Amino acid sequence: MTALVETRGLRKQFGSKVAVDDLSLTVRRGEVFGFLGPNGAGKTTSLKMLLGLIEPSAGSAMVLGAPIGDRRARAKLGFLPEHFRFPDWLTGREMLRFHGRLYGMGGTALAVRADELLARVDLLDAAHQPIRTYSKGMMQRVGLAQALLNRPELVFLDEPTSGLDPLGRLLVRDIIRELRAEGTSVFLNSHLLGEVEATCDRVVFVKAGRTVHELRLGGDASALDVELRMGPLMNGTLEMLERFGRVEPVPGLGRNEPGTSVAETRVRLRVTNEETLPELARSLVERGVALYEMKLARKSLEAWFLEVMGEEQRPG
Amino acid sequence: MRDLLTIAHLTLHETVRRRVLLAALIGGAAFLVLFAVGMHFVNLDAVKSDASAMERRIMFSILTLAGLFAASRLVMMTAVLLPVDTLSGEIASGVIQTVASKPIRRRDIVLGKWLGHWLVMAGYLVLLTGGVLLIIRVIAHQSPPRLERGLPLMLLEGTVLLTLSIAGGTRLSTITNGMFAFGLYGIAFIGNWVEQIGTFTDNEAARYVGTVASLIMPSEAMWQLAAAHMQPTLMRELGATPFSPLSVPSAAMVWWSLGYVVVALAIGLRIFQKRPL
Repeated sequence: MTALVETRGLRKQFGSKVAVDDLSLTVRRGEVFGFLGPNGAGKTTSLKMLLGLIEPSAGSAMVLGAPIGDRRARAKLGFLPEHFRFPDWLTGREMLRFHGRLYGMGGTALAVRADELLARVDLLDAAHQPIRTYSKGMMQRVGLAQALLNRPELVFLDEPTSGLDPLGRLLVRDIIRELRAEGTSVFLNSHLLGEVEATCDRVVFVKAGRTVHELRLGGDASALDVELRMGPLMNGTLEMLERFGRVEPVPGLGRNEPGTSVAETRVRLRVTNEETLPELARSLVERGVALYEMKLARKSLEAWFLEVMGEEQRPG
Repeated sequence: MRDLLTIAHLTLHETVRRRVLLAALIGGAAFLVLFAVGMHFVNLDAVKSDASAMERRIMFSILTLAGLFAASRLVMMTAVLLPVDTLSGEIASGVIQTVASKPIRRRDIVLGKWLGHWLVMAGYLVLLTGGVLLIIRVIAHQSPPRLERGLPLMLLEGTVLLTLSIAGGTRLSTITNGMFAFGLYGIAFIGNWVEQIGTFTDNEAARYVGTVASLIMPSEAMWQLAAAHMQPTLMRELGATPFSPLSVPSAAMVWWSLGYVVVALAIGLRIFQKRPL
């Protein structure tokens, strides 16, 4: 896949404070990319650098094949800031038309696109009201519409679901999925790991302004845990399982489970990829092991987050 | 250019929608009504006392300049207050982020706001000075001389302050920016008085202080020059009115003011171009 964003050693220093230390990442065309990190990790500063709102102190970055800040590239970007505000004396429709004109749009095409988006974010009825009368959730939704006016190739969303109720979050999630289906890439910066897990193809973890880990969600096997429920194990079976991956002790290992007539064995195995599973099952059956159940037990993003960031990041 | 005009249009729209223009118009209308009533009664007295044509001319020249002086103060305050938070406020609130991330040059944001506010200020100046001149014309049948020189100088006075307010907003917070602009205006105002007194008492040092103050902030010098133009030559030379400057700023000060506007705007553009948003 083509890289839409590519950064190498991006750095931003404000006085003596280093906000972003060494950011190197790639966002590919058509993917929903999650950008994760604790507060103060430099996520928003990184995002603003990519949008040309902040000049980097060092390093390089290309966005849509052009150096950051390039106007032609910015014409193909969408952006919803974290603490976004709009001129609150404008109506929702006027605000969208104003931003559309900044994208070089105009006339009927702009009017139609603005109303189409207002309908998509369920604000058509409130389109004529001044933004100052909008609730926080409505502001967030009109902001999202603003970010999509130009049918962007890449949308930067900085905490798009903050302040939204569950229905609003579902709406944002649906829109992100629609964008992906249309081939639009999304750069999602969010603290809500559930949202990220539900929508992102790939995530990068940043800590103290550095990229520290990358994880592919949904299909990547680097974190694939398999739970096996089997009959009594024969000699050498555990050793055979260890050839497939790391075997972890799980509760119930080698004990009689309630409701079972024979001794069951439960083993959790971390395998390198999904392709090994058929071979694993075949090997067990060939050894005469009764295989009752084989299920994937994915590690949650929250667990990953804590592992990557370290326990010291937990407040208290 | 299209982006610049879009921003200027939004700025004009904002003054209307946020009722800034309405407030300015009400304030201006109240001033004009008061001025008209005052003129009416002054004129009645002049008729009753059977004042000579020369006396009437001097009296109404003074009152005309007083009216234009008041108009210039109102315009000056508008020039500072109207745009004082246009950039600093939008930077602080984050409004600017969604605008600046669009395919727009940062300079077009600043210039668009400058143009929008300048049009409002210029319109306000035309309204107020036009009102004063109309009242004087109707009541006293007089018109000040050399308006074609005086009024553009009044516009330049406001333009200097407006540009300073916008340029300051690229770097300073709203309150600091307002304090800064009014502080400079204060320097110019006091500096002018020091210069006049220095001229009257033949104190070279005082005159020098006044000149330096005018170089730091040339807005007041523009009013002095405008006032000198818009009164009959004889009265100006005799110092017959409180608006007859003893030390008339030179024409070079006009070029200084124009350069001041250009440089202040260029500095503002440069700061805004580099500023993290």
